[in-house]
Amino acid sequence: MAETNQLARHIESYVASSSIPTHQVASLDSIGLLIKTNALTLEALVIGLDMYLTSTDAVIRSRGILLLAEVLTRIHSKYLNSETIHSLVGFFKERMADWQAVRGALVGCLALIRRKSVVGMVIGSDAKAIAQSFLLHLQVQSLGQYDRKLCFELIVSLLEHHADAVASLEEDLVYGICEAIDTEKDPECLMLAFHIVEFLAHIYPDPSGLLASFAKDIFDILEPYFPIHFTHPSGGETHVQRDDLSRTLMHAFSSTPVFEPFVIPLFLEKLSSSLHSAKIDSLQYLRACSVKYGSERIAKYAKAIWSSLKDTINTYLGEPDLSFSLAPIDGIDFPKNEVVIEALSLLQELIVQNSSQLISLIIDDEDVNFIINNISSYENYNTISVQEKKKLHAIGRILYLTAKTSIPSCNAVFQSLLSRMMDNLGFSASNTDGLQNGGNFASQSVNFGFLYLCIELLAGCRELVTLSEEKHGTYCTILHSFSAVLFNAFGSVLAVSDDRCPPDLDIYIGVKGLLILAMFHLDVFPIPKSTFENILKKFMSIIIEDFDKTVLWNATLKALFHIGSFVQNFSESEKAMSYRSFVVDKIMELLSLDDIALPFSLKVEALSDIGMTGMKNMLTILQGLEGAIFANLSEVYVHKSLQSIETAVQLLECYSCKLLPWIHEHGGAEKFVVQFAVEIWSQAGNCMDFSSPFEEKGLLDAMMTAMKVSVGCCSVESQNVIIQKAYSILLSHTNFQLNDVERSPLTLGKYDISPRDEGILLLFTSVIIALRAKTHVPNIRGLLHLFIITLRGLVPVAQALGSIVNKLISKSNDTEKSGEFTLEEALDIIFNTKIQFSSTNMFRRCNGSNGNEMVLTDFCLGMANDRLLQTSAICGLSWIGKGLLLRGHEKIKDITMIFTECLVSDRKSSLPLIEGSHENTEEQKWDPLARKCAADAFHVLMSDAEVCLNRKFHATIRPLYKQRFFSSMMPIFQHLISRSDSSLSRSLLLRAFAHVISDTPLIVILNEAKKLIPILLDCLSMLTEDIQDKDILYGLLLVLSGMLTEKNGQEAVIENAHIIISGLIKLVDYPHKTLVRETAIQCLVALSELPHVRIYPLRSQVLRAIPKCLDDTKRSVRNEAVKCRQAWAAIASSRSLQL
Amino acid sequence: MVSGLINANPVIYEKKQRQQRSTQSLPTDEYAVEPIDQLEIFDHIRDIKDPEHPYSLEELKVITEEAVEVDDQNSYVRVTFTPTVEHCSMATIIGLCLRVKLLRSLPSRYKVDIRVAPGSHATEAAVNKQLNDKERVAAALENPNLVEMVDECLAPSFD
Repeated sequence: MAETNQLARHIESYVASSSIPTHQVASLDSIGLLIKTNALTLEALVIGLDMYLTSTDAVIRSRGILLLAEVLTRIHSKYLNSETIHSLVGFFKERMADWQAVRGALVGCLALIRRKSVVGMVIGSDAKAIAQSFLLHLQVQSLGQYDRKLCFELIVSLLEHHADAVASLEEDLVYGICEAIDTEKDPECLMLAFHIVEFLAHIYPDPSGLLASFAKDIFDILEPYFPIHFTHPSGGETHVQRDDLSRTLMHAFSSTPVFEPFVIPLFLEKLSSSLHSAKIDSLQYLRACSVKYGSERIAKYAKAIWSSLKDTINTYLGEPDLSFSLAPIDGIDFPKNEVVIEALSLLQELIVQNSSQLISLIIDDEDVNFIINNISSYENYNTISVQEKKKLHAIGRILYLTAKTSIPSCNAVFQSLLSRMMDNLGFSASNTDGLQNGGNFASQSVNFGFLYLCIELLAGCRELVTLSEEKHGTYCTILHSFSAVLFNAFGSVLAVSDDRCPPDLDIYIGVKGLLILAMFHLDVFPIPKSTFENILKKFMSIIIEDFDKTVLWNATLKALFHIGSFVQNFSESEKAMSYRSFVVDKIMELLSLDDIALPFSLKVEALSDIGMTGMKNMLTILQGLEGAIFANLSEVYVHKSLQSIETAVQLLECYSCKLLPWIHEHGGAEKFVVQFAVEIWSQAGNCMDFSSPFEEKGLLDAMMTAMKVSVGCCSVESQNVIIQKAYSILLSHTNFQLNDVERSPLTLGKYDISPRDEGILLLFTSVIIALRAKTHVPNIRGLLHLFIITLRGLVPVAQALGSIVNKLISKSNDTEKSGEFTLEEALDIIFNTKIQFSSTNMFRRCNGSNGNEMVLTDFCLGMANDRLLQTSAICGLSWIGKGLLLRGHEKIKDITMIFTECLVSDRKSSLPLIEGSHENTEEQKWDPLARKCAADAFHVLMSDAEVCLNRKFHATIRPLYKQRFFSSMMPIFQHLISRSDSSLSRSLLLRAFAHVISDTPLIVILNEAKKLIPILLDCLSMLTEDIQDKDILYGLLLVLSGMLTEKNGQEAVIENAHIIISGLIKLVDYPHKTLVRETAIQCLVALSELPHVRIYPLRSQVLRAIPKCLDDTKRSVRNEAVKCRQAWAAIASSRSLQL
Repeated sequence: MVSGLINANPVIYEKKQRQQRSTQSLPTDEYAVEPIDQLEIFDHIRDIKDPEHPYSLEELKVITEEAVEVDDQNSYVRVTFTPTVEHCSMATIIGLCLRVKLLRSLPSRYKVDIRVAPGSHATEAAVNKQLNDKERVAAALENPNLVEMVDECLAPSFD
């Protein structure tokens, strides 16, 4: 009883027009659930609904029927027996006549028709009955949009699931459908309508049958829709896109050949329309239709289609891109145009379908013949008239396409056109033999038009060979017989003489032609091997001789590169052999020849480009390069030849900048890299027999870079090999007593390092910098001592120290057992070893045990009273600090304390950290330069270094280290800056602060913005004082502008608006950097967006300052000033703007 | 006043391509002076909206780059504009817009001269006189309605 009540309530809630839609859906769902869970039978529901289904009140009746229909939709997966279905069909079918309840009837029928056979489906006769009733009672176009959509969905379902049953309705059905879809306008309904037409074509496939008699009618209905064009912008309510609709219409049109007499003329007509989409659609539809209708039906239109295609291509093909910037390997590069692409693919389809007819059309075409016959008059690209140039391009494209489409089409064009062109130019096939044997083109007899068409033909043919399975054809023979002629023709364009330098376009054509000829696969053998070799020879001679024609030379090198990579990639062994002997070996030869005129930088460029064609060539090149480098190095050492120094530097640069990155990317040549590095070390060792080999700074730098990059590329094992070698050289060939260094007290300035020792040491540091963490470094203790005492003035040594502390393993149980050298030991050496020093102006301390012995950090604090020692120590400490900072070691705190101590140390009470410094701060004179150096140490700590301690050189980098450092340093700086009483230490602190803040990610700074802005503004005004600080100033200004534009920063900005604005106004006429002025003004613009209350009082201040920027020397500043002035003037009414 | 538009169907021309200045690519010398030139002035005024159509003065060819004369040394600018129709009563408004825009964009050392192209307007002399009379310009800018109109026309040129 309860259930019946519940049901009644649900029904009532659905039927009642007063209830809200969500309730209605909820009650529907619960009824559906009741039936699905068998708590309610369908019969019971129908009985319950009885009075609603038969009510005379139309509203109640329609709701009732809709309820039943919707429930049926919801139980689509529940089994129903055939009788139930039959009676339901009967009911709903009848209801179609009841126009007020038609929605329910449609939904119900649709739900029944869509049932799958496993859950009980509608039988054929019932389906037919539904269709009949539908055709009899419904006037689709008089219904609303949603009902129409239901109608179309019903037809689609009927045609889809019960094609046989409804097909027997024949004329009635087709007629009814025509009536239903006529003048439909809604996109969603149209999608269905087009589908219905496609289905009709499927169920009446007979081309002379029923559909044929209706073809004209259906076409008339569909025709107005073409081309699909949305007057309203897409999106909105409908989800149908123009492209989807267009595709569906295309399927409808192409569904049956009976449309052909109407459709093709329509497309041909629309092809000449000026509407862009009409053109593209016509071409696409034509292609779809020609595939579906078959070649016979299309044949009669072929001529018309061909001529309009030709016109279309002619009109829409742009100017070809005849430049070498990007060298496409296939054919000439044209700007992409949708119409042209569609037109060409239609043409290709037609050629595939109806080869002989299309080819004869193309070959006999008057335009094609016109071009071919006049080919001899197109001598020079610039002399061809615009019209004919267009024609030439279009014909070229068409020939390219024809050649690449199929073997027969390729044969045909080669047979008729190429031969004819040859004849027109006076080379008939019979006398080519004569030409082959040494006959050479006089350059005037070759002309642009001919070569242009040849390139298109050859490119097409090459593509055909690459793509198709079967490769042989008449074209091979023709190509074979003409290959020598073609080679000579292309080659002669490139001939350079004193009185003739070919224009760029001719060079393009010539190089391109030879390139395509060279890139034919050898297994087809249309191009004999001798021709291939001749091409390589030709190119090489250009490389060697014509280096002063930049365009030609570059193009040639690029072509050689393409050929090389092609030959390698397709493993054409025979060609690869030729390439190696004619190009690679030749290039190697060049390297050793001094007497040729080719400039050395170009030699190196050619060398690296050829090397990058493949690993095998690369190895050869590397070997040659190595030989050349060492030959030059020994030249340098023995004869001190300046020429050789330059050469060696160039070669080393090429090795480290071009070849090593390539090797690293492609892998596989590590053995060579190791060998090279070891060899450099041997050289470095040998050269010590001669005096001061490293006097040329450039050479040492180049060697260090090459060494660093090489070591960086290597694996741990290889690095071990290199470091061992390097260490042995360091040990045996220098005066450093590495083994004793530990025992004897460290003495700064003890060694007056000879330039040779210094060179070897620096080379050694570049190895250390690039090592991986796992690589074993021999005698690390000794090295540390050595580095510390040689710190003086040598930045790479400091970087090496930083690198070591960055990569050493930290103390743990394992390391104690294994006895490996740990980070803690290293730090102990660095910070606690006493160093002796002997300085000219020796300052004797009275309270130490030994007057001139102190630890590294004391040097930083200037206790040696020697500026050079102090700055060197600070520099060393900053790189050590960077190493520690990157790995997140806490010792960094002590180091920064030392730096801050340097910064503030004119205060009487210094920080308690460094013991012993209290007593003498008063009496010491602090060197401002050294203190500035300490401030700049923060820049070293925070910035990303290019030369060391980065990912490339395997540094240990802890995530977010900058953020951590920033948040630990900020309170200290704030505290110190607020307490600093002398102007010098304050400015130094601000400087250090500026370094830290400008390298910190903006997001962290934003959180602290409120506190930082006043200090930041102090920094800005402090930095304007010295012209050398302009880059720091700009960096800092960018931080400020970041704060202004970010949402998070704005609150802090609002509070400090007045001081920010007066700070920025001081910067708008900063004379030394345009970007500073520009950014300052941009910041002011950003500030004008703040709440009016806050900034209105400042308005007159800004408006007074800006006009002088209108007269700035730089245009960009003036433009910003105009915007800024307007933005601030607009805050109030513009009337008060001072004119 | 006339009701309806003075020129209901003006001819619209294409905007000229905004070329990148070649000098911007080489920021070599911090202290080199880039003088105010024809293109810079034209850039200031090209986007001013026509008072009665939603098109810029450039699109209507009321002003062209060639119609700007500038002498940076002597701080002098002359802009010659061509109203779309001879009897255009908007000519004075357009002239006023040009003047206001240049006053706001150029350094104060400049003297700005605004003229109607010879033969392009029925009351050429009167318009020229009105536009270059300081007192009358100042008076015009006291009129809130006029200022509102001018500001509306200038708005797009500040983007």
